[in-house]
Amino acid sequence: MAVHTGPSVAKAPGKATVPGPRRPARTRESGVRRALSTHWYAWTMVAPVVIVLAIIVGYPLGRGIWLSLTDATEANVERTIGVNHIPATYEFTGLQNYVDAFGDPVFLQRLVWTIVWTVACVSITYSLGLALATLLNRQVAGRGFYRMALVVPWAIPGFVSVFSWNFLYNEKHGLLNKILVGGGIDAVPWLNDPTIAKLSVIAVNVWLGVPFMMVALLGGLQSIPGDLYEAAEMDGASAWQRFRHITLPGLRPVSTTVILLSTIWTFNMFPVIFLLTRGGPGDATEILVTQAFRMTFVDSPRNFSTSATWGVIILLLLLVFAFFYRRVLKKQGEVW
Amino acid sequence: MPNTRRSRSPLASIGLHGTLLIATVVAVFPALWVLLTSLKPAKFATTTDFFHDTTLANYTHLLGDTKFLTWFGNSVIVAATTTVIGVFLAATTGYAVSRFRFPGMRPLMWVLLITQMFPMAILIVPLYNLFSSMGLLNQPVGLVITYLTIAVPFCAWMMKGFFDAIPVEIDESGRVDGLNPFGTFWRLILPLARPGLAVTGFYSFITAWGEVAYASAFMVGEDNMTLAGGLQTFVNQYTAQWGPMTAASVLIAVPAVIVFVLVQRHLVTGMTAGATKG
Repeated sequence: MAVHTGPSVAKAPGKATVPGPRRPARTRESGVRRALSTHWYAWTMVAPVVIVLAIIVGYPLGRGIWLSLTDATEANVERTIGVNHIPATYEFTGLQNYVDAFGDPVFLQRLVWTIVWTVACVSITYSLGLALATLLNRQVAGRGFYRMALVVPWAIPGFVSVFSWNFLYNEKHGLLNKILVGGGIDAVPWLNDPTIAKLSVIAVNVWLGVPFMMVALLGGLQSIPGDLYEAAEMDGASAWQRFRHITLPGLRPVSTTVILLSTIWTFNMFPVIFLLTRGGPGDATEILVTQAFRMTFVDSPRNFSTSATWGVIILLLLLVFAFFYRRVLKKQGEVW
Repeated sequence: MPNTRRSRSPLASIGLHGTLLIATVVAVFPALWVLLTSLKPAKFATTTDFFHDTTLANYTHLLGDTKFLTWFGNSVIVAATTTVIGVFLAATTGYAVSRFRFPGMRPLMWVLLITQMFPMAILIVPLYNLFSSMGLLNQPVGLVITYLTIAVPFCAWMMKGFFDAIPVEIDESGRVDGLNPFGTFWRLILPLARPGLAVTGFYSFITAWGEVAYASAFMVGEDNMTLAGGLQTFVNQYTAQWGPMTAASVLIAVPAVIVFVLVQRHLVTGMTAGATKG
């Protein structure tokens, strides 16, 4: 998708054919100048983004990786107490933090739950989004109204919708339990029982994510030519066969993109967990990101190095995932 | 597909509308419930009635007795600035990677993808230190720059999809008429990509309007906070007082919904172009 695999990328200036050993310095200089004169407008157009990303993402990332290789905590970083300035005393420890993380049962537990959470959220969101998009792609009275209403969760700022769910889930005063109790059923501890809390946070994240899926897949469905379905119907293909052999393949380009994106987003979905349960009850719903955040901002003493290590591991996991995802697609003949 | 449909059997019709109606209720209800609650007197906030002594007391209290309007203004400034700059940067970047093959393009596309994978847990502390040394803490500018790094990579991807869908012949004709690449981009291509601009604008706005973690870490002091941070102080102040909270939620949702309504007819086409070609 984002990356062109074709050979169309222009030759880098350094690789310009070197005519002879005579005047290499001048050749390189003219190569640079030629590249500049050909590409200066493209470079100018991307320059602001590159500069901002380099400073705002590049620097903190470099610093994060460095911290992950040290034993920095609140107790040994550079700090100022009153008028006394205390220099940093933390030390370089190599890959020790990474070794520790993978031997740490807490880390492994969080990792497993993060993966369960991501897989559950993405697969349910995708299925529901596809089902609703399929329904909306038919001729149905009030289509505009349905489409508008179904996208509501996307239009509302995340922390507001999470608040409204908190309000509904509230064990004593929430509407859900009032209805249950009114119907003679015991109140459900939506956010206070480890297992139910897990299901509850997944439900909220699915609720938040379906509109994006639905809109993207609806766009994909509308780009599939209608005569394909006509032809299939003539040949006596059943509704399921048409779905299986026309709709799903036709949706592939959109599907691969939205699944990759929503996997990445869900894996790092901080606000839903943080605002809904703060990782609780206990630490049942804590995913890797919220736990890393907790280590830097909540725990005492703040553990900068372990937090940074977890952050780098998250990044590496997602990179590996994206790499293999793309690999598999390429093997199946997808030009991405 | 639609034109091949024979008329549906009544049963199928009921099933279709029934499913869509249930989905609609699930999608709309949490927000609607907050709206209804905000109109009840605070002490009746947790009743199950849809209406109960309808009043605007929660709103007048919120606007009169708290810093809500200040936070609201701060959020508007941050979100509007992010949207304008974000759309512009996403458009130039998207256009460059769509039209030109230049050294550094492939790494750039990878960087844009990888930026989305960043857990903010590793960025937030170094970024805090960086901003404090640059004097950008408690400044809207700092927050705008941070949000740009979240919104622009994804928006640039989407814009690339839009530009890919615009025939290159239009660029060439502009070139023939003596426009330089910037002129072509600004005068010919950008107006054609208006749906894309609408979608990226929506995305940038929502990102800036609804972000919590950076906002509460970087902006301190009642007068500097944006809504996300302000509402957090609220939670402590009004423990279990749902009335003012629901009123605040409604007022926060309004601008987002307005922006959404403005761009929603472009969303489907926009997302398709972005997702399939991106």
